Amino acid sequence: MTTTTQTPQQAPPLTPLRRRRGRLRRDDRAAWAMFLPAAAGLLMFVVVPFVMAGWLSLHNVRLDAPTPPNWMGLEQYRRILLDPDFRGEFYRGLLNNVIFAVVVVPLQTALALTLALLLNRPLRGMPVFRTFFFMPVVFPMALVAVVWKVIYARGELGMLNAVLDTISFGHLGPYDWLGDTATALPAIIIMSVWQGVGLQMVILLAGLQGIPKDLYEAASLDRAGRWLQFRHVTLPGLRNTLIFVVMVTTILSFRLFDQIYIMTQGGPQQATTTVMYQAVTTAFDANNVGRASAITVLFFLIVLTITLVQRRLLREDREIS
Amino acid sequence: MRQLRTTLTYLALTLLALVFVAPVAYLVVGSLKPSGDVIDGLAGFVPKDASLANYTGMLDRFSSPATGYFSDFYLTSLLVTTVVVLGGLLVNSMAAYALARLRWRGRDAALLTVVALTILPFEAIAVPLFYLLNDHRNTYYIQFLPFVASAFSIYLFYSFFVGLPRELEEAARIDGAGTWRTFFRIVVPMSKPVFATVTILTFLTTWGSFLWPVMMVDQPQRRPLPLAIAVFQGQPPYDWGQIFAFGVLMVLPVLVVFLAFQRWFVQSLASSGLKG
Repeated sequence: MTTTTQTPQQAPPLTPLRRRRGRLRRDDRAAWAMFLPAAAGLLMFVVVPFVMAGWLSLHNVRLDAPTPPNWMGLEQYRRILLDPDFRGEFYRGLLNNVIFAVVVVPLQTALALTLALLLNRPLRGMPVFRTFFFMPVVFPMALVAVVWKVIYARGELGMLNAVLDTISFGHLGPYDWLGDTATALPAIIIMSVWQGVGLQMVILLAGLQGIPKDLYEAASLDRAGRWLQFRHVTLPGLRNTLIFVVMVTTILSFRLFDQIYIMTQGGPQQATTTVMYQAVTTAFDANNVGRASAITVLFFLIVLTITLVQRRLLREDREIS
Repeated sequence: MRQLRTTLTYLALTLLALVFVAPVAYLVVGSLKPSGDVIDGLAGFVPKDASLANYTGMLDRFSSPATGYFSDFYLTSLLVTTVVVLGGLLVNSMAAYALARLRWRGRDAALLTVVALTILPFEAIAVPLFYLLNDHRNTYYIQFLPFVASAFSIYLFYSFFVGLPRELEEAARIDGAGTWRTFFRIVVPMSKPVFATVTILTFLTTWGSFLWPVMMVDQPQRRPLPLAIAVFQGQPPYDWGQIFAFGVLMVLPVLVVFLAFQRWFVQSLASSGLKG
């Protein structure tokens, strides 16, 4: 920057109008040049395939098929949603997604908030604990799924069964966690919360630290106890952060795929199948790109609905307060 | 009373920390034990007959074109992650700057489109993308190209740039610096927190990327690490010691970087844009 030490006074005089026009034109060109690389990528790899999903879902399409895609109209959607031979699987996947979200979102948020509150104290050693809780976030889900598959191993030598056996003095287990329809989804839920809670914790911790200290001082002068302080200072102060965390966790929980693919392949008896898992296996194993695209479109509509409903609730809440 | 509360806090934190560290400890200990002893109840935590045999055995196993080479998995992951992170930082920050700070025709429409695209998860376009790009399976570039431009990253940069004070940029403009120069010399150096955040988020997602490789890669030599370990663990005979050794090597670089920079890491994630 030392090379351009021209002061405003030395700049060539320009009439305001000419200067503004000149600047605008230069901005226009530079702006497009700056925007274009990302725009090209988004167009090619996001917008085009998104539009393509709609087109493919109306056709019978197979990969490497000798015949070109032929028009089917809404038949794929009818089969997925209404046909007794097919619809069961889709609704089972959707139900699993809903169960997963309904359990994971409150559980993970509450646990993240607990951890953040425990860590948000002026005690020694807090950075060490923060490191421990955040560590699983840096592990790829594929690796976490493999390790937990072994932790959930059936029989008394499986790690979780051994732990349960020890702490219950032999009264509990052993269970076949991933092989039992009753426990497979809960097992995946617990592992997912373990892996993801650190990220939420960090965001909530930042939110906590953004609450002005004098609010707490004022509250304790008013003789508000811990619970009242939490209720009237912490929660309102965290409101926006909490909403953000809940929204992100909800969407992430509908995208559930890696764990399912590695640990259970949707089984046993579709107990862990999800909408996304069906989209991939339909495209990939069943080579039915048309129906897979239709599932994809439905998946998007579900995610979009959740987002819009959450934004709506958020806005109404704001209007009230 | 205060003493008691502090003790209880530490007790709760320690118990919770054990739950978070146990699977990681299990992974490391298991990688050092004879394979047959990995699934061994609570003794799974005890490093008995520790050796590096699983590591050498695993490297031996992945040493032919049919199985792929372990170094291939590593280099694929490194290449893909590097391109997505560095390329992404460049193109997404530039795009965000144009949206946040420059006046140009079409800007409002462009901004609206980018914001709309942030709610479109990759999963919703994976199938058509797989159909469109089928001829490019098993190439390196198909593993990174679709992920360089990211509406979410642009949005993170955008939120940060909008909040920056304008004075420095205006001063640079008056000094005769053009748009590019102002961006790279003034704005980028001021924006370290958001660059750090986007780097970390992109790095972690790309290093762990799984869905796209599952669909696009079937040649062993071109597998990134997450796909390679998923295939490895699913093929009998199951050699858990070797699989865990694979896992340790796969997460080691991330873990080292994380532990070395953890304070900085966590703070930059907590700052900028991520707070709703």
